[in-house]
Amino acid sequence: MTEIVKHEPTTIYIKPSHGLAALNLRDLWTYRELVFFMVWRDVKVKYKQTMLGMAWAVIQPVMNMLIFTFVFDRVAKLPTDGIPYEIFSFTALLPWGLFVTALNQGSRSLVAHNNMVTKIYFPRLILPMSSVFAGLVDFAIAFVILVGLMFYFNVTPAWNLLWTVPFFVILAIITALGVALWLSAINVKYRDVNQALPFLTQFWFFATPVAYAFTTLPENWQLVLSLNPMTGVVNGFRWALLGSGNGPDAALWVSVAISIIVLVSGLFYFRSTERTFADTI
Amino acid sequence: MATAISVKNLGKQYVIGAAETKFRYNMLRDVIMDTVYAPVRLAKALVGKSDRRMNKNFVWALDDVSFDLEEGKVLGIVGRNGAGKSTLLKILSRVTEPTKGTVMVRGRVGSLLEVGTGFHPELTGRENIYMNGAILGMKRAEIDSKFDEIVDFSEVSQFIDTPVKRYSSGMYLRLAFAVAAHLEPEILVVDEVLAVGDAEFQRKCLGKMGDVAQQGRTVLFVSHNMSAILRLTQEAIVLNKGKMIMRAPTQEAVDFYLSSGQAQAGERTWDADEIPAMSAPFTPISLKVKDGRGKVVDTIRSTEPVMLEFEYRLGAEVKGLRVGIYVSTMRGEYVLTSFDTDTPNLYEKFDTRKAGHYVSRATLPADIFNEGRYSVGVNASSFGVRRYFMDENALAFNVDISGAPGTQWPEPRVGPIRPRLEWKIEKID
Repeated sequence: MTEIVKHEPTTIYIKPSHGLAALNLRDLWTYRELVFFMVWRDVKVKYKQTMLGMAWAVIQPVMNMLIFTFVFDRVAKLPTDGIPYEIFSFTALLPWGLFVTALNQGSRSLVAHNNMVTKIYFPRLILPMSSVFAGLVDFAIAFVILVGLMFYFNVTPAWNLLWTVPFFVILAIITALGVALWLSAINVKYRDVNQALPFLTQFWFFATPVAYAFTTLPENWQLVLSLNPMTGVVNGFRWALLGSGNGPDAALWVSVAISIIVLVSGLFYFRSTERTFADTI
Repeated sequence: MATAISVKNLGKQYVIGAAETKFRYNMLRDVIMDTVYAPVRLAKALVGKSDRRMNKNFVWALDDVSFDLEEGKVLGIVGRNGAGKSTLLKILSRVTEPTKGTVMVRGRVGSLLEVGTGFHPELTGRENIYMNGAILGMKRAEIDSKFDEIVDFSEVSQFIDTPVKRYSSGMYLRLAFAVAAHLEPEILVVDEVLAVGDAEFQRKCLGKMGDVAQQGRTVLFVSHNMSAILRLTQEAIVLNKGKMIMRAPTQEAVDFYLSSGQAQAGERTWDADEIPAMSAPFTPISLKVKDGRGKVVDTIRSTEPVMLEFEYRLGAEVKGLRVGIYVSTMRGEYVLTSFDTDTPNLYEKFDTRKAGHYVSRATLPADIFNEGRYSVGVNASSFGVRRYFMDENALAFNVDISGAPGTQWPEPRVGPIRPRLEWKIEKID
């Protein structure tokens, strides 16, 4: 027989909300296990019924690296501060891959799970959040490859700076989440987002020094690109892992500020449009 | 007894089809202009200013509904399609927000709207139980403690480590229902689950719902199935066009609903844009379900004859035309097919039909259908020549079996038909 656990039921008041919604992060906390389960499900399902399985997490960035090496190093001969181009590009492709996956999956998350949105109550923030976090697993796997590459090319990591890597990972996640919050909420009503995403990511890719070195840009372009938080992430990765570049300066703090602004405004926009998700999706 | 649910002046407004009358896409110029203005419209919409050119139509899906429900009571909600039943349940389960009014809910609301939500075909039964449980708001420890019970209830223990995409639809449904049924919320919301699954499974669901009610939980039960409502609830409310028009003991509410024309939705009309151009010269106009007294109804009593009336227009003379109906269950099994020229005298008389306005009527005798919901499809064709028009799912109606053979036993019966057979019992020795 079922044992009935009697606990004092909580009373909920349901009424129309107006204006900017409170963030209600406490609700999110009570559903924290759902975030874990969604991430776990995404990871588990992603490579099901593929022959290579988890290997894809490695193949994708490695293939990109090989193509980049051929085009930008062997053909275009871009300067890289004396670092082997393979390592130079892979170090940037890691956080970039994390960012792009997170941005794409996060922005499409609400529409992709519309049956959940129209049927059950749960904090909607969980959907973009878990989609963004799921990218971290692939990232961790690809990171192992980077270590291998560094051994192979005999590149010594900047040991004293390694501890800063998580900071840049968090910056990439915050940026992706902030933009994904905006785009996923807009996508509920206007599926134009689906069409615009490929252009946005392509544009963003060229506005981020993944394939080329930041220092090879003219000064004023460097200034413009500093506004892009992903510039801070990619430069930070190269600095922390390879010791290249000058390290964090004022531009990094501008990056941080911008991504925090995007995240916070995204949170509020998301929360205040959330109430109509089930009706408009 | 404490109040479990208190609904006050609840209203929900929906925008239906922002009618863009200005652009009809007749000319390339319109299309181009519309495209050019699209980013402007998008920008305006994002900052919350709606475009003035759009005439928005609002509809109150739920309008000034108030009621209180005590803990441990089972309340039935009846009303035809679009009466606001689902909207009410969605507000109570916090899927959508009301436009006005308030609701006080005491305790966790679990709903069977959501059977199988979040199930992933690639995950195993075991993995889906955890996933689905988490979506429904269960803690991992809670799922752990109920895991065996859930598996037992679902009867899929053999396949618990098989991906659910390999399950039969029955197994899938049983597993999904088992998780939802073990959520043990203080308030359970049930919307038409009984429309799915086989009779045995339906019996189990009803049993589980009865248990839930006996444990002192509050249940809200929405169904088109009047016998199930009568069986499971003592009290019911009747909704019509978003308004609550009655709250009464179930028998009274059901009688009112069935007899007041509340159930009247048994009509389907075709608008010009729903008719494919290739159906000419045949133009469907309407399909109606009428009860024994000739009234258009959504719910028929199985003990009365029912008339299906198909109205159409012929733009030109058609040779060999036959106009017919299909009836099928909601699970897609055909129950019958019939054409208006099936009988020899009509076949000769109407083999060639002149242009004009027609109606073909079929009377289905009493005591054909079992309880449940049935779909009616229509077809107009010339045998061996071509099919002019077909709509396999033109409308649906419900069958209420009060007074049908065997209703002295309150159990669902398998099979889509429930004829009154002539039985004889003979004592041989």
